[in-house]
This record gives sequence, C-alpha cells and structure tokens, in this order.
Amino acid sequence: MSHSVLKSPLGWLAGNPIWGFIALIFIFFSFANPYFFALQNFQNILVQTSTIGVIALGMTLVMINGNIDLSVGAVVALAASLCVDIQGWSLFADWGNWAILPGVVAALLAGTALGALNGLIVWKTGVDAFIVTLGAMLGVRGLVFVYTKEQSFFAMNFSFSDFGSSSIGPIPTLAALFLICTAIVHFVLSRTVHGRNTYAVGGNRSAAVNAGIRVGPHMMINFMIVGFLAALAGVTLSSQMGAATPNLGTNYELWVITSVVLGGTKLKGGAGTITGTLGGVLAIGILRNGMNLMQVPAFYVLVILGSILIAVLLLDKQLNRKGKEELRL
Amino acid sequence: MADIRHEIPADRAGRSGPDSGGKHKGGGMAHSGLKSFAGLMARQGILVAFVLFLIAFSVFSDRFLSAENIFSVVRSSAIIGVMALGVTVVVIGGNLDLSVGSMLSFSTVLVVDLHDKIGPGPAIVVTVLATLCLGAINGLLVGVARLNSLIVTLGMLSAIQGLTLIYSGGKNVDIVHQDTTWFKIFGRGYIADIPVPIVIFAICAIVLHVVMAYTPFGRRIYATGGNPTAAVFSGIRRSRVVFATYLISALTVAIAAIVLGSRVMGSQNNVGQGYELQVLAGVILGGTSLLGGSGTIWKSVIGVLILGFIQNGLLLLGFEYYVQWLVTWVVIILAVWLDIAAKRGRLLSPIA
Repeated sequence: MSHSVLKSPLGWLAGNPIWGFIALIFIFFSFANPYFFALQNFQNILVQTSTIGVIALGMTLVMINGNIDLSVGAVVALAASLCVDIQGWSLFADWGNWAILPGVVAALLAGTALGALNGLIVWKTGVDAFIVTLGAMLGVRGLVFVYTKEQSFFAMNFSFSDFGSSSIGPIPTLAALFLICTAIVHFVLSRTVHGRNTYAVGGNRSAAVNAGIRVGPHMMINFMIVGFLAALAGVTLSSQMGAATPNLGTNYELWVITSVVLGGTKLKGGAGTITGTLGGVLAIGILRNGMNLMQVPAFYVLVILGSILIAVLLLDKQLNRKGKEELRL
Repeated sequence: MADIRHEIPADRAGRSGPDSGGKHKGGGMAHSGLKSFAGLMARQGILVAFVLFLIAFSVFSDRFLSAENIFSVVRSSAIIGVMALGVTVVVIGGNLDLSVGSMLSFSTVLVVDLHDKIGPGPAIVVTVLATLCLGAINGLLVGVARLNSLIVTLGMLSAIQGLTLIYSGGKNVDIVHQDTTWFKIFGRGYIADIPVPIVIFAICAIVLHVVMAYTPFGRRIYATGGNPTAAVFSGIRRSRVVFATYLISALTVAIAAIVLGSRVMGSQNNVGQGYELQVLAGVILGGTSLLGGSGTIWKSVIGVLILGFIQNGLLLLGFEYYVQWLVTWVVIILAVWLDIAAKRGRLLSPIA
C-alpha cells in the first residue's frame, strides 16, 4: 500500500475516493462556517466519531470476512448498562475509583462473549450471519430491557464521567483511544497472518478452507473483536454521558455499516481497508458536525446521509464497472 | 394445499427450496420412523413448531385458546403480517427491504395528517401513491441501477425517517373527530363479527398467494430470485420484475399504514421503527430463504402468527414484555438452523 502511495497519489485517490470526498466537504465547511475551522471543533469531531468509529473497525473485519454484525447497537446498550450498574454495586463500595474497573471488565467480557456466541452459531450451524445477528439484535436488546427493568442507570462516581471529558495534551482521551484502536486493527489487518486470512476467507471461502485456514474459528475471532469493540464503545459512551439508558445505541448498526461501506469495504467480502473505514467514519462525522454548525435541521441530516450512502454506491458502481462480466439488459 | 406446494418446486426443480430439499431425501429416509419424522420436520417444521407452541401455551394458560384471545392476536399481527407479505415477495425475488419500517411511519403520518385536511378518501389515494413512489425509488435503485438491496434500503430507511420528520415538523398527528369518520372502519370495524384488519390481512394473503403460485408473473419472481442470470437468458426482464416486487412491498406498507392509522387515529413519527426487524423475523420464520428463489406466502403468514402467538402466550404466562424478544432470538436461529440442517443432512456445518 505505502509503495503505491509513493508511486501515484492520484491512483491512490481513485482507489480511496472517500479521502477526496473528505477534502471537499472539509474545504466547503471551512469556508461556509466560521466556527468549523477551529482546534476545539476538530477535537469535537474526533470525540463524536470515536463511538461509531471504534465499532466500525471491528465491523470492517467482519464484513471483509463476508459476514455482517447487526447486533452491535444492542451490545453497546448492554455494555453501557453493565458498566454503569456494576460499578455502583455496594459490593465495591469501599473500592474508591477502582470500583469502575469491575464494571468495565464485565462490560468488555459481555461484549466479547456475545461476539463469541454469534461467531459460534455462524460457525457451527452454517446459518447466515445476517440472520444470526438479526436475531441477536432483537434478543440482546430484549436482554438489556429485562436486565435494566427499562430504567436508566446513573454513575455516582464522577471520576467515571470525568474520564469521558478528559484529554491527553491537545487530544481528547476518547479520540486517542479511537486512534490507538485504529492503529492496532490496521496493523492486524495489513501485517499479520490473521489479517491475510481475513481477506482470504472473504474472497473465496472454499479456497480458504482448501488452503488450510480454519475458517470457523477465524470468523469467530472476528466476531469476538467486533463484540469487544462494541462493548468498548458502550463503555466510552456511558462515560461521556455519566449514565446508561436501555435505548442507547439504537440505529448504531446503521451508522456503522454506512461508514464502513462509505470506506469502500465490499458487502460480499474480500475487500476493504481500515484507512478506508477511518475515512468513512470521518466523512460522516464531519458531515454531521458541519451541518449541525450550519444549523441544518436534524431531520434533513437523515435524508442527506441516506442519499449520500446510495450516491456513493451508485458512484462506486460506475467507477468500478466490470463491463465484460456484467450482463447488460 | 398439496397441489400448490408441488406446483412451485416443479417449476424450479433442483433448486434448494424447503420443499424440494425434503423431497430429494424422502426415498433414502423412509426406512426408519425416526428418519421420516426428520423428513417431516424438514418439510413442515414450521407448522409442527406452530402446533407445539399452541399446545404448550393452551396447557399453561386457559385464556390462550379462547376465540376472543385468538382474534385479538391475529388482529394485532395483521399490520406486521400485511407488510411481511410484501417483503416475502421482495425476498423471493432475491432482495431485501429494510425500509418498510420507516415507510410505515411515513405513510401512517401522511394518511392521518391528510385525513383532516382533504378528507379520508383523497387522503388514502395520496398516501398510496406517495408510498408507491418510495417503493419505485427502491425499485429503480435495486432493479434498474442494480445496487445492493441491503445498502439501498438501509439508506432509504434513514432518508424516509428524515422525510417523515420534515413533513410533520417533528410533531405527532391525530384525527380530531374519531367517531364520525368512516375512516375508522379499516382498523376498528367488523365484517360479520370478524375484525376488518383480519379480513384485509386474509384478502392480501390470498391475492398475493394466487399471484405468486399461479401466475406467470409469480413464476418470473421465483426465477429471478433463484438464478438472475438464467432468468435473464430465458427472456425475463429482471429489472422490471425486481421493480415490481418493490412496488408490491410499498403497496402492502400503504395498506398496513391505513389499517394502523385507522386503528390508532393518530400517529407518532417513529411508529414503524423496528418493524422491519419483526417483519423480517416473520418472513425468516416462514422458511423463506434470504438468498431468494424459494419461500411461500402462506408460510410467511404462519411465521408472523407464530411471532404473534409467542408474544401473546408469554404475556399471558406472566413474563415481562421484552422476554419475547429473547425467545424470538432463539426461535429464529433454531428455525433456520433446522431448515439448513435438513437440507444438508447433518446437524452441524461442515466448515472447519
């Protein structure tokens, strides 16, 4: 990848049109709104995108595998509820700030376990991931409502919510966390055996089996990664709000899939990059932030985002059309 | 019923429909009682599960099997059921429609809002036309532009949600004179002691079943979903067929919206949020393959009714409302798993 960047920046841009799009909307909003081009706003954008972004990293892996995970929104809600509830248990009353730890650990474990469950079902039953995670999306959300008894939880310990608004130097902690996760997942995907297998399994599953890749456990690990990252997003989100509501994370799967697809990952699997996903996440973040600053009503933002998703798909189809293979009607 | 079931697979012999899968194995399995039971489960698993659920719930709750309760379950399933019919057609055609939920919000808000402005009759006409336009957009993008239906309808889900909020300005709408308007008949009326929503559901189901099972048009939809390339080579205009499936889906959403609007006599902006999942769950439970090319309308009806009866039965047994979602999770995966396991002849997937 880095080789081709040096070779031809234009060629790279053609392969990753999302970064050209980001440059366009960035320049547009910088001129259109006086408050957009400011360090504090950039920090805002990073924090706002970190939640969706962290989940999108894991979703990229799963989607390159040719699978999909629709249950991430519900996992976010479950992790947030667990995290905020458990740290308030009287069992940990005299732990001080350490009481946060069991909550966070339980949340991350729950997310990973649900990911493992999804992966195990996909592996062992051979049911399509779309159906498995569609079921989990309903089921886990039901679990959240049963667990919370439809109540919101509030974090009594203020250092938990302070963490959400703290920063390391000029970079907000949550943004730093997101960037670190991005770097790690990028490394895993582009430099490790697991990453190469991810492309192989998504590109041609039976060929991957013949090449000796244990496809089932491999897919399960990726589901665990997305579950873990969704739970992490739930924890950071609840620390931003200092609370957890059972409705948290509704429609997140939609936003996440939108950003991943914007970033050029193919639904059929076998293609996609973390840099692309980062671009997709930032594009949506900048659009939402910019339109917000320009006081576009929230209703229009929904229409615009939906249209952009479809437009990108249409554009991608036109740019990457393989004329010979396609059946012309 | 048997003739119907054999006519469709004959038309697409060799494809992995729920019926043909069981039929191929029938010869080898017949020599053992257990095996033939497995064959029965494979072919009619959804019916067997349905009957088991009914028996279990009626044992544990004496109110469950009363006519009053059954009518109330079917009536409350009718809205999701009517939408599931349209989505079944889309799925058989090889695509998905996730936009039906927000489309339902849009149509319900539209019909309720216009009712007081231009009268019930024109309101219904405008709503049906507007919803068909949304369906046509889906159809153009998926059928003609040949984009991925999952992404397109996901984008439309968001866009239509925004459209609804823009139209209503974020406010809820309602009908002022609820008792004097004839519009109330769709949701609250009775025909020969049967609630009108059930009658509408039944009529829609019968019409679509006839269309899918007996007409050349229905066969074209099966062919397109089963193997698009082969369909095109046999002279089927794929884009038109897919376009038509989305129009049918939009039409059923409009019908559901009229029933819902008339029943509630008002509407919130997000009334249909999450309906796409319930609808899809019903369709999947009915054994329709998401890959397209197989599935039947009447099984989707049963899938939706199973969801309705599970919901009702769990409530009657005293469980919390959201427990039904957990049960739905398990039931969906089990249903699809058993269906797949029966086709491949072994319980677990062969992948390493």
